[in-house]
Amino acid sequence: MQISQLRFVLPVAVFAVVAAALGVGLTLDPKRVPSPLIDKPVPEFSLPPVTEEGEGLASTDLQGQVTLVNFFASWCVSCQVEHPLLNRLTEEDIVPVYGINWKDEPANALRWLKALGDPYARKGSDVSGRVGIDWGVYGLPESYLIDRHGRIAYKHIGPITERDLDNTILPLIERLRG
Amino acid sequence: MIPEIGQYALILALLVALTQGTLPLIGAHRGDADWMALARPASFAQFLFVATAFGCLTHAYVTSDFSVLNVAQNSHTAKPMLYKISGVWGNHEGSLLLWALILAVYGLAVGAFGTNLPAPLRAHVLAIQALVSVGFLAFTIFTSNPFERLDPAPLNGSDLNPLLQDPGLAFHPPFLYLGYVGFSMAFSFAIAALLEGRVDAAWARWVRPWTLTAWCFLTIGIAMGSWWAYYELGWGGFWFWDPVENASFMPWLAGTALLHSAIVCEKRDALKSWTILLAIITFSLSLLGTFLVRSGVLTSVHAFATDPTRGVFILGFLVFVVGGSLLLYAVRAPAMKTGGLFAPISREGSLVVNNLLLSTACATVFLGTMYPLFLDALGGDKVSVGAPYFTGTFAPLMTPLLMLTAIGPMMSWKRADLPGVLGRLKLALIAALAVAVLIWAFTSGSSPLPAFGIGLAAWLIAGALTGLAERMKLGRAPLRESWNRAVHLPRSAYGMAIAHAGLGVVLAGIVASQSWQAESIQLMRAGDVAEVAGYEFKLLGVRQEQGPNYESQRAEILVTENGDMVARLFPEKRHYPVQDMPTTEAAIHSTWFADLYAVIGDENPHDGDGSSWNTRIYHNPLVPWIWLGGIVIMIGGAISLSDRRHRVGAPTRARRLRTTAAEAA
Repeated sequence: MQISQLRFVLPVAVFAVVAAALGVGLTLDPKRVPSPLIDKPVPEFSLPPVTEEGEGLASTDLQGQVTLVNFFASWCVSCQVEHPLLNRLTEEDIVPVYGINWKDEPANALRWLKALGDPYARKGSDVSGRVGIDWGVYGLPESYLIDRHGRIAYKHIGPITERDLDNTILPLIERLRG
Repeated sequence: MIPEIGQYALILALLVALTQGTLPLIGAHRGDADWMALARPASFAQFLFVATAFGCLTHAYVTSDFSVLNVAQNSHTAKPMLYKISGVWGNHEGSLLLWALILAVYGLAVGAFGTNLPAPLRAHVLAIQALVSVGFLAFTIFTSNPFERLDPAPLNGSDLNPLLQDPGLAFHPPFLYLGYVGFSMAFSFAIAALLEGRVDAAWARWVRPWTLTAWCFLTIGIAMGSWWAYYELGWGGFWFWDPVENASFMPWLAGTALLHSAIVCEKRDALKSWTILLAIITFSLSLLGTFLVRSGVLTSVHAFATDPTRGVFILGFLVFVVGGSLLLYAVRAPAMKTGGLFAPISREGSLVVNNLLLSTACATVFLGTMYPLFLDALGGDKVSVGAPYFTGTFAPLMTPLLMLTAIGPMMSWKRADLPGVLGRLKLALIAALAVAVLIWAFTSGSSPLPAFGIGLAAWLIAGALTGLAERMKLGRAPLRESWNRAVHLPRSAYGMAIAHAGLGVVLAGIVASQSWQAESIQLMRAGDVAEVAGYEFKLLGVRQEQGPNYESQRAEILVTENGDMVARLFPEKRHYPVQDMPTTEAAIHSTWFADLYAVIGDENPHDGDGSSWNTRIYHNPLVPWIWLGGIVIMIGGAISLSDRRHRVGAPTRARRLRTTAAEAA
């Protein structure tokens, strides 16, 4: 093949790479497939509180009991969708929910929590998104189940639905508590 | 019974599409006129069956037939009729059916109005369209059946997500799909050209109106989506560089490039293989958008319920359609006769620069959207790409493009006189500089970037007007002659000027709202007044009200300016009991130059004597211009579409139908 004809092949070559990445992405990412962090200890972090007087959140807080860590932001529509379920988890005392407010203005986040209810036992503010990167957060919302030893047991991408809760998350919490 | 009719109709549509996608293709290959002629009636039948299926699903929604799983999951008897109907496409399965319906409508249009197309070209185009239909119908039937039954049927449904119960979002998907799917026409024509090994000016003339139609719809669809984000999310933002927003923006960028390269293809018989490639890429990006939203590869605010088997199906389909067509391109395009060389300083030269910048911009958006996925697939770190990347790469690419937008159309074909063109734009340049300097003077001490942005917007608008004035010889010829020229100027000239000016309007809106938004947050009791940007906002009171399927706390805010009444705002906090979900309904009063935007928050009942409420009030300068500009751009496209010269490719009837459709948008 002549060099001049190579440019006509280029598009299909680029697409082959994209398709391969999409294919791998398909096996990597969907909710049921574990994130590379599964069974690894949570990344170390220490975040300031969302409010000035609150407590903040650090990796050391996630030891000793099964917890749910939820990444949320006021600009995230899907977060609003799952929020009532998180409220219920706290109201009915099913599992402690910890929040990481990701790439968000703390003031907006506070107003948002005031409007929708605040289910978080503790919450930290990750304004730069740096901690989220360590956790492998790509889009919001994302939630992680942490076992007693502070290891990530399960990663949930996208809003938690009633069905996710009943079929996956609640059974897993039971199992982790053993 | 009726859902089963829909189910059968869908299966019949798939069978018809299979026939339409194969026999005419073989016919065109063998030169068999009868086999080729099959495509036309098949396209009618396909439309009939898909429309029947869509009608059946709509019927199930309107009558609240909860024995249909899809209806039970997404509807409720108390839901207003508008959202019962928009609920049909407010979910994964129904939106696929809408996609298939629109595809069938475009196919029908070629079948019905493309009678003056050469028979083999028409057979090819209709067959390719049908093959795309096969993919979507099979996807619907095998992985996402909207007619699945539920036994026993629940007494009531679980309602549509309240965030989607909104007039802006009710009509956002149909317009978006009319755009996405509309690009399938350019795609089918491109594949037909590759199969026939022939691209001429006539081909480009047929492709242009279809691309323009799709592009107009996509423009309005994207504008509606961003308008919704603006008033529903309530932080005054209108674009978040979210993967799914990007998924609709990439086909728009590529489609805009295609629109311009097809002009060169028609006028100068050049850029042929590039135009074909762009047509393939534009539709491929539309398909990729579907993949990203529905596969769960990327999650986003708009993500539908995701499912890995669906992802595998779409990926397979994507590889077949995009990989197949690019392979065909690699094999057939080198044999295409290339057009002559042309001078860099010329109309076509400027259109090439337009294409370079637009496709580079499209590539940067693509890279930003896909980069986390690529890195993840390679086993690398998890990263996220945010707004700083996009604004950092996108703005520098757009700036020269927008500067050129006023200059390019003034250049003549083949060889242009750049100093002459710039000389004729002297007035526009002075106007733009004056605006920029004025703005900078008024906002002294702050960054010069907003002033530059507004100046650039003024340049676009003044440049577009100058272009028109030049063609009318305004001021250089007697008024009567100018009038004569104005009357006889082709509509596409007006369309282009209007669309380019609309771009300036959008830019001004973006720059001003990003730079000069005023915000005020406070606790207010009934009777309290907050002052924002020279307006007084007085909270008159908050009342409990009952909506059709929600409860609402509705505040009344009186807005005055120096004692004169400006508006009454009624921001609401709603609660939807079925999904146990609150929503915030911002109240917006739009003047031509700004939005007064009020949001009511929580009630503090134990606050001294009587309750107080959190309120947020914004003054967003020029923000309505963003959507106004979007509409102006769309109108420009529609006017251009009504141009006589665009009718050459299809008889008058088709033209008229399509323009009225576009104007109705």
